[in-house]
Amino acid sequence: MFTKCYRGFSGSMEPAAWSSWGLPSAKQIKASISITLRRFKLQDSFYEIKREFNLAIKDIPEVTHEAKKALAGQLPAVGRSMCVEISLKTSEGDSMELEIWCLEMNEKCDKEIKVSYTVYNRLSLLLKSLLAITRVTPAYRLSRKQGHEYVILYRIYFGEVQLSGLGEGFQTVRVGTVGTPLGTITLSCAYRINLAFISTRQFERTPPIMGIIIDHFVDRPYPSSSPMHPCNYRTSGEENGAAYPSVEDSQEVCTTSFSTSPPSQLIVPGKEGGVPPVPSQPAHGTQADHERMVMCTPLDGALYSAATPSSSEDTETVSNSSEGKSGSPHNLLETIFVRKVGAFVNKPINQVTMASLDIPFAMFAPKNVELEDNDPMVNPPDSPDVESPLQGSLHSEGSSGSSTGNTHDDFVMVDFKPAFSKDDILPMDLGTFYREFQNPPQLSSLSIDIGAQSMAEDLDSLPEKLAVHEKNVKEFDAFVETLQ
Amino acid sequence: MNCRAEVLEISVEGRQVEEAMLAVLHTILLHRSTGKFHYKKEGTYSIGTVGTQDVDCDFIDFTYARVSSEELDRALRKAVGEFKDALRYSGSDGIGQISLEFYQKKKSRWPFSDECIPWEVWTIKVNVVNLANEQERQICREKVGEKLCEKIINIVEVMNRHEYLPKMPTQSEVDNVFDTGLKDVQPYLYKISYQITDSLGSSVTTTMRRLIKDTLAL
Repeated sequence: MFTKCYRGFSGSMEPAAWSSWGLPSAKQIKASISITLRRFKLQDSFYEIKREFNLAIKDIPEVTHEAKKALAGQLPAVGRSMCVEISLKTSEGDSMELEIWCLEMNEKCDKEIKVSYTVYNRLSLLLKSLLAITRVTPAYRLSRKQGHEYVILYRIYFGEVQLSGLGEGFQTVRVGTVGTPLGTITLSCAYRINLAFISTRQFERTPPIMGIIIDHFVDRPYPSSSPMHPCNYRTSGEENGAAYPSVEDSQEVCTTSFSTSPPSQLIVPGKEGGVPPVPSQPAHGTQADHERMVMCTPLDGALYSAATPSSSEDTETVSNSSEGKSGSPHNLLETIFVRKVGAFVNKPINQVTMASLDIPFAMFAPKNVELEDNDPMVNPPDSPDVESPLQGSLHSEGSSGSSTGNTHDDFVMVDFKPAFSKDDILPMDLGTFYREFQNPPQLSSLSIDIGAQSMAEDLDSLPEKLAVHEKNVKEFDAFVETLQ
Repeated sequence: MNCRAEVLEISVEGRQVEEAMLAVLHTILLHRSTGKFHYKKEGTYSIGTVGTQDVDCDFIDFTYARVSSEELDRALRKAVGEFKDALRYSGSDGIGQISLEFYQKKKSRWPFSDECIPWEVWTIKVNVVNLANEQERQICREKVGEKLCEKIINIVEVMNRHEYLPKMPTQSEVDNVFDTGLKDVQPYLYKISYQITDSLGSSVTTTMRRLIKDTLAL
């Protein structure tokens, strides 16, 4: 008869202080392997191991669920190891296996070993070793730094261990071995040491290789692919597989120096008429990408801005608004918005092109509409309160440009290339900045047209103002006396 | 019964000594500690649960897991602090070693005192280096971190060889095997000692021992 019965109860005496850093990958490994070890029912049912080997390990419900699903009521056997794969996935969709933790069983039995005493204690030691080793592998440091650039994912599966995804020169650590009457359990970890992959592939536009990982194993016991799960449990309420942020491929990545307005909308230029709905947006400031000038020839008082001389590199952007407000089709409207493209995107520059414009420097071509009628300064639009400073400047440029538009043949337009800036890849931050600040917008009060307009109004209202002031003469006098 | 001896060597900068020693000692004690035993009738007992927590080092790129017992941590910090001070003020070249010895008590009859029989001794040899500039210190941070990773793996390999461990004692004998003085964890009986090697290359202790032996031999 056994005189000693080993039982443990959790949490009653010892303070179980958890890792405040939330080591995701280690916890999941511990949890999944501890579940396996816990369910390792040995022949002697008196000593079925029910507790956590007297080691306080916080269970993560999702991991428990995944591990139980993978276990499916069975235990590791020869050729059927329980594996936990830890991988890294970047925000661009590239992924890389970092570690594979493997719980194997072989047929080497130790019939004479005492289960309740020796095996139990050795399994407890194995768990402690697992705790220690999980802090030592390179993936631990990566998991501590996961966030926007990459996340750490895990996957639990049964079957043959596949180490080919770990790259060349991977290293193996044997965490421990425990002999039992049913076989010998071995826990090991194979980890990648060549982590240079991340930095070189960071800016490559390669398709995500998740498909390869999912189909990694030839004879998977489960017909459906086991999905990867994130290892980040620092914020509560995250859903499976949706915990990590994903960066859009292009559009909305653009940053501007002068505006926080939403990205402009791409509109295919159409000559047949019909205005694509344009969201009423505040005008954009200078963009940091390849962009084109907006060019339009509206019929009515829709807002527009003229373009500066455009080349493929030196561009500024203005967005139009309020076309939609007019409600009537603009047959001659050739409005092209600029599509914002993320930095380092190898998209052809002429993806967004002025397809309808055949002649260079088309903005200088004689227009059908009088400029002044469409001058935003004269007829301010109803909609956006925020106007891009660029708009005015472009207007001024445009007006100056258009005034000389007829004589553009006398000018030789030279590409504006500021020193120390490149044209081909990076957007013309420096050029647009320089140009914009060379041409600041006119002050509205100093604008002659506006001045002329408001002067008449001022003159009309002058008598009224004088009458009011005369009424308050005494207050003014008292004020003046206080100043003396 | 032979005492198992393991030796680990590491070179660290002066300010890394404390953290490196704590990392190694805590890792060893994590494996050599259990929950508190609660004896019941009929010779049965239950074992309490041990919690763990991570510790990030400030001067080394390294994190280790330790038993979440403040008492045990304080005891280790005190011993390591004394070792660090001895290293600093001994005037030696910065070479020393700290030993963690697990032992069993064997009751002896009066008037002899109890005998302490070590069954496992871990010796960590430390070589303190002086670095000239911040760049070297940064490299040292990473390198020492990697070295400590190797040491942890070594420790785990030794632990999982499943060599001799004292038998689980009865209630009357538990104090001969385990340190029951802590309230939240029960490590095997252990003691920590250290030696500082002077500039002559020999330890002060061995020199003293030699002197005493020589004196007695006369």
